[in-house]
Amino acid sequence: MSTTTLPPTEKTQPVAAPRGTISDRSRAERRLGWLLAGPAFVVMLLVTAYPILQAVWYSLFNYRLTDPENRSFRGLGNYAVILSDGLWWQALLVTVFITVVTVVVELVLGFALALVMAKALSSIRPVVRAAILIPYAVITVVSAFAWAFAFRIETGFVNSWFAWLPGIAADTDWFGGQWTSLLVICLAEIWKTTPFISLLILAGLAQVPEVLQEAAKVDGASWWQRMWRVTIPNMKAAIMVALLFRTLDAFRIFDSIFIMTAGANGTESVSFLAYRQTIARVEIGLGSAVSVLLFLSVVLIAFIFIKGFRIDLAQARGEG
Amino acid sequence: MLTNGKVRPPGGAAPRARRRSVGGAAAAAVLASTLAACGGGGSGSAAPVLNWYINPDSGGQAEIAARCSAESNGAYTITTSQLPRESSAQREQLVRRLAANDASIDLMSLDPPYIPEFAQAGFLAPVPEDLAGRVTEGVVQSSIDSATWDGELVAIPFWANTQLLWYRESVAEAAGLDMTQPVTWEQLVTAAQDQGKILSAQGRRAESLVVWLNALVESAGGAIIEENSENPEDIQLGLTSPEAARATEVMNTVANSGVVGPAFSTSSEDTSATEFESADAGFMVNWPFVYSRALAAVEAGTLDASVPEDYGWALYPAVDEGQPSAPPFGGIDLGVSAVSRNVDLAYQATECITSDENQAYYMTTNGNPASSSAVYDDPEVLEVFPMAPTILESLEAAANRPQTPYYSEVSGAIQREYHPPSSVTPETGERAQALIQAVLSGDQLL
Repeated sequence: MSTTTLPPTEKTQPVAAPRGTISDRSRAERRLGWLLAGPAFVVMLLVTAYPILQAVWYSLFNYRLTDPENRSFRGLGNYAVILSDGLWWQALLVTVFITVVTVVVELVLGFALALVMAKALSSIRPVVRAAILIPYAVITVVSAFAWAFAFRIETGFVNSWFAWLPGIAADTDWFGGQWTSLLVICLAEIWKTTPFISLLILAGLAQVPEVLQEAAKVDGASWWQRMWRVTIPNMKAAIMVALLFRTLDAFRIFDSIFIMTAGANGTESVSFLAYRQTIARVEIGLGSAVSVLLFLSVVLIAFIFIKGFRIDLAQARGEG
Repeated sequence: MLTNGKVRPPGGAAPRARRRSVGGAAAAAVLASTLAACGGGGSGSAAPVLNWYINPDSGGQAEIAARCSAESNGAYTITTSQLPRESSAQREQLVRRLAANDASIDLMSLDPPYIPEFAQAGFLAPVPEDLAGRVTEGVVQSSIDSATWDGELVAIPFWANTQLLWYRESVAEAAGLDMTQPVTWEQLVTAAQDQGKILSAQGRRAESLVVWLNALVESAGGAIIEENSENPEDIQLGLTSPEAARATEVMNTVANSGVVGPAFSTSSEDTSATEFESADAGFMVNWPFVYSRALAAVEAGTLDASVPEDYGWALYPAVDEGQPSAPPFGGIDLGVSAVSRNVDLAYQATECITSDENQAYYMTTNGNPASSSAVYDDPEVLEVFPMAPTILESLEAAANRPQTPYYSEVSGAIQREYHPPSSVTPETGERAQALIQAVLSGDQLL
């Protein structure tokens, strides 16, 4: 057996051989790479992998922070409780709704803003960019408070400004119902994070070679044709990365909901559910299980984006 | 949030030498503070520092801390650290720190509903017996109850809050209500409807909703927790009792009366106070802070002086005629951390902090009513708080919220089921009771 299997391994050897010939240099480079990235890698393991694994471990227990003596192993019982509870599915639905609505609107708006930034006169370009980026520089909690104050009956101006619209009156209670609350939450999110998406798309726009545009122009392509046939296909990777980052971010929405409704009227997101079990109820086991499920959802989204849409992250970074 | 970490700090290219010196200075500062912290508990020449975690106020607790530090003649120095504004957030922070044996906490201002949880978890150092006798002397019973768990005093009563029925004298007069006699919720609704005025209460999905429900159930003669137990599954709830059903009836009537203001389902104590300052104000249930708030607004020129002059006050509304109401109880008790390095000194300090003199000072300057009944005879208190006798009377009749180590679950489940108040029916009690039981036995999320 050994004699018959040897030749094939010898045959594969030549593939590795070139690696072997430059091995001194490449090995040194690889070692230097590990040395440079190593400390950061260890820190990442400590601050992300360790808590994630700890959460997975805790999620198997019935463990209340104020009653550590009665900690008991529960196996997958916490997951069964969560997945059989209507509250989890409602929170998941609300989270998916917010994610889809905000990301779609942000993509369209962000694209338009990126075009404005790209085409703006060079003299006013810095001003335009700064103006567009300001919302992104605002802390999410502050932005949530600002939007909450704007829409609340006691403090808000929205009702009096938009009273001419049907359905809006001086006493419209935006945070009194599920749909109106979700609308305001989505608006705040869109206002806050559209600049982020437009920034990523702007970087993608800059990557489209000018020669292609000129060639298309020479061929008599209209603005729309150039946009659909040249610009967008060439920046697909940038768009997908922007979408991926925003989707992952939007899925973990917490701040705006916490400030505006505190989860009332069916506006609880999955993150909020995890917060309520872990921090408010100090049920570390149950809360960790919710967090693990949230983590799995995020991993699933990333997997779908990367495998399903074949995003090449390296290309988006300009390495491809 | 994922992306925030990518933003480079401005001035990222600072000269290396300068950065190193800054780093060195920072390291030295950290080292120095660590050494100082280590020395804090020792018997060095400096007085031990007692760290008092306070709820936000108008500076009264910090002033009391300074006074008691001075009075101790160098036995201790009290410093204050401020907790978040919401009492649930205060608890969240304290519970996590105490569970991690944070020895930097000596004294805590605790919201009463959470005291059983702290006591049951062993977070509170046992109150010395002689001290327990002294600090409960002349203190209103509802306040002593709030600091008691399992038959033992586990915290020191500091100040005691209660909700009153506030009314506009002009509106009550026009409606022909005799406010010297106890009035019921239904009478108030009718009067507000007749006069076209607002009846303000707190319908927000928050602790204030539990405060309201508890007062209604207690006023009807029931209790949210009928029989307590250390085992969460053995707690007997009273939300399906006829008294609780009567409470939901009143809540529903008030919420659907059309006189509760436009944003009732999101209305907080502050919303109510604002409504009560408006021209449409009629009646309101709220804590006494609303009075000092109105006076401050007059002083700031944002409110006409005639408005607070029209303020009247009476005992909390009754559920049924002839049955006295059980007003909500609030306030703050002082807890001493079991892992504090200075438990004895901390208890010594509580005696100073809760002295009648300091309670009177706190009441007149910060508007937080005293737990010691003697303070209500103080002429200065009576001058600042003309309603002081009503507050004392209300405190004597006040009922605590259900005492249980699982209060946040009970409160959270009630908030979930009884919100919005306009949709509350007697069946709500059954649903809430089932939810609380399922949550306490770990079968359901909250």
